[in-house]
Amino acid sequence: MPFIQNTPDDQREMLAAVGVKSLDELFEGIPAELRLKGPLAVAAGISEDSLWKELKQLASWNSSGAGGSFLGAGMYRHYYPQVVDALQGRQEFVTAYTPYQPEAGQGTLTAFFEFQTMIAELCGLEVANASMYDGCSAAAEAVIMAANLTRKRRRVVVSRGVHPHTRRTLKTYLEWTGLECIEVPLGEDGKTKWADLVDADCCALLVQSPNTLGVIEDTSAAAKLARDAGAISIQSVYPISLGLLKSPGEAGFDIAVGEGQSLGIPTACGGPSFGLFATKQSFVRKMPGRIVGQTEDSQGRRGFALTFQTREQHIRRAKATSNICTNNALMALRGAIYLAAAGAEGLREVASHSLAKAQYAAVEIESLGGFSLRHTSDACFNEFVVDCPVPAAEVNRAIDAAGMIGGFEIGRWYPELGPKALLLAFTELSSRDQIHSLLRAMDSCKSRIPVG
Amino acid sequence: MNKDLLLFEKSRPGRRTLRLGELDVPAARLDALPAGSLRETPPKLPEIGELELVRHFVRLSKKNVSIADSFYPLGSCTMKYNPLLNESAAAIEGFRDIHPLQDPGRLQGALAIMKRLEETLAAITGLEAVTLHPAAGAQGELAALLVAHKHFARMGQSQRTKVLIPDSAHGTNPASASLAGLTALEVKSGPDGLVDLADLESKLGADTAVFMITNPSTLGLFETNIARISELVHAAGGLVYMDGANMNAIMGIARPVDFGVDMMHLNLHKTFSTPHGGGGPGAGPICVTAELEPYLPAPRIVENDSGLHLDYDIPHSIGMLRGFAGNFGVLLRAYCYLRRLGAEGIQRVAENAVLNANYLRVKLRDAYHVPFDSICMHEFVCNNRNQREQGVHTLDIAKRLIDMGHHPMTIYFPLVVNEAMMIEPTETEAKETLDAFIEDMLQVAREAEENPERLHAAPCTTPVGRLDEGRAVREPILRYNFSD
Repeated sequence: MPFIQNTPDDQREMLAAVGVKSLDELFEGIPAELRLKGPLAVAAGISEDSLWKELKQLASWNSSGAGGSFLGAGMYRHYYPQVVDALQGRQEFVTAYTPYQPEAGQGTLTAFFEFQTMIAELCGLEVANASMYDGCSAAAEAVIMAANLTRKRRRVVVSRGVHPHTRRTLKTYLEWTGLECIEVPLGEDGKTKWADLVDADCCALLVQSPNTLGVIEDTSAAAKLARDAGAISIQSVYPISLGLLKSPGEAGFDIAVGEGQSLGIPTACGGPSFGLFATKQSFVRKMPGRIVGQTEDSQGRRGFALTFQTREQHIRRAKATSNICTNNALMALRGAIYLAAAGAEGLREVASHSLAKAQYAAVEIESLGGFSLRHTSDACFNEFVVDCPVPAAEVNRAIDAAGMIGGFEIGRWYPELGPKALLLAFTELSSRDQIHSLLRAMDSCKSRIPVG
Repeated sequence: MNKDLLLFEKSRPGRRTLRLGELDVPAARLDALPAGSLRETPPKLPEIGELELVRHFVRLSKKNVSIADSFYPLGSCTMKYNPLLNESAAAIEGFRDIHPLQDPGRLQGALAIMKRLEETLAAITGLEAVTLHPAAGAQGELAALLVAHKHFARMGQSQRTKVLIPDSAHGTNPASASLAGLTALEVKSGPDGLVDLADLESKLGADTAVFMITNPSTLGLFETNIARISELVHAAGGLVYMDGANMNAIMGIARPVDFGVDMMHLNLHKTFSTPHGGGGPGAGPICVTAELEPYLPAPRIVENDSGLHLDYDIPHSIGMLRGFAGNFGVLLRAYCYLRRLGAEGIQRVAENAVLNANYLRVKLRDAYHVPFDSICMHEFVCNNRNQREQGVHTLDIAKRLIDMGHHPMTIYFPLVVNEAMMIEPTETEAKETLDAFIEDMLQVAREAEENPERLHAAPCTTPVGRLDEGRAVREPILRYNFSD
């Protein structure tokens, strides 16, 4: 049987030691009427080589867009150096448990401490935790933390530019909290129109920049709105953009959250990735998730251990700051290796190449005629909405026919943008040749414009 | 050179590992971006050449104890072998580089894997509807409690706000109840370690929403009264939730649906062999009855004429708990594992997990006190009662085991046993590994008699000795201080 090493002889010897006659007897504590009478309705097992063949076939039913991909909308295809796979893939990291025994987990713990430092630096804030599940749940937990910090305030003000999955996750987490969630619309320029909803009853303001339409928000103004009203300000970030764009800390935010996938993690059909979470030192005791701290052993040697565990569910139980237990440690390790491999210069390079590709594509797309950018590319980072002369789904089919993955039909999330709006993303991996293939595919759609 | 420097201490200006090729389009026009949108101070990230980067993380990896190098009998965590094929599978380009928002016609392989995994988990639990969406067991618990909360609200029974939880439960149970807007209420364990039926009955009523039960329990015992418990909970109008953390003991032997369970979560990173990764990523699918299916989180995998696709628009759903469909990379690994096992293999897993646990129990029970000393399931709990007189605590025993090359068992949990040691060997360990562990445990027991100091001083073979964890709270240092 795969993965089981006990031989029939081993089993006999062990059963005798236990004092039972059969494996079946071990389960006599389960009342007979509750026992399964026949075999499970599951297919018979297969060998490793048969499975490998099956996997190759199943994978061939998927398209990984080897000719290029312009699909982002929350997950982005960036290059990561091979060291990321090789180092993260080490079995000593992959098959360890949460380092509750710090002496036996200094590897993971040290990497977490370095991760926390790098995430805090990236966000321009003082501290970070050792990761959350993903960007959406990190944002939801940040809002709950803000409500706990501001006590009686009941209103959460959220920009409509925040990723729809984040907004839906937030709604789920807040369902029974009594907190009221108000969505603030975007203006013609693609930026949030805050109006006067951020007032003395507001506990949290949540904005994403660049937002889901790719537009860079005026983050300093949003943070100031919250600060003036005594609310907690939260920015959801696209970490790669922070190689160039103003950090949440510089803009004056209290909390930064974000989807960590772009930091060295493949898109893998939506996960696993990790959520990043950074804030001020004074808020640490209200922060969700695992936190690693530096300390010493009796000989004065530096070491690291999980700390502030009294916030957590295994100690505080019903009164914990969150129910999070297992988080996304191994993906955070990937993020740490990626950030260390890039350094500030490398990250700036990735961000500016991504921006350069988007700016180049924007000019070329507008020169096709018939296609126009909804918001000027000068307002955007690496992603923007294109208004197509035909439904975006048709444009995507043309791009698909050329062996590439097209953009996201953003009207599905923002009906106000209409069915012809296409969200296109560019990264350092979008080569000039791929961009021109994209342009040709888009151009070919013009001939399909219905006459009259 | 000091090998224990942090990345920040190894950093030298001008070094780096990631360098992109020459840009094939005009350089970015930074001045075109909105005024004030650029970063003023670069992040202080380390500047490291590739070799130093490799050495740094290889050395760190050697400071971990892992399943790949050591016996890891961590109770309740099911530290079984993580098949390497599964790692290779996740690296196949057609799985690794696919985007969740792609045209579903170009995702049929991934969707088929998820669909088949749902069907297999439904067969194992007997519950009809499965969602793979939750990111971990605790998120699965939250999802299920939100399902229950929504169900009762829709049925006009909003007064059902109490979640009854045995005192031996994982801490995530009460924490999830609070997050779901419900109130946790503790139910006592009886002298046999099982749920105290009288206490449960006294707490059931018109305000009962859910009874959460871990079965087998964290004491490694099967709740023999589970069917009666379900009857009582159902008679009171409540739902039965089973924490499936310990499913490794019973899969293929018994199905939770036959216990009267209405909903449960599974931890793919425990029972279904996906790696723990130093604390995740996991996946916490939930399985529910057909009655509760409408409330499951979005998206759901559905089939129509053009094949499988993800439906994000589910009218009565509790909503989303995270982005996209789920931790596909984890789901894929679990799928591979279950394909290898098949129906018979699944049953063999439970049998051998239970056999290995009982073998350790009988071999250790003379040296260590086993408070509930009967045939156990996949794990058992002992403690330091026999060693306490020598001033030896459970922590000392655990730390000494590290020096002997084993990862310690789970300690100080469950809370219902004083100074508990919870031991779960899993089915993947060989008898000679168990024998070596037994020998070492017996030696530790002898040392506790003869030389307790040795235990208090442990571990002494690790990169650092026992750490001052109190200091990490009193004087928190949560990041590298660059002014040092």
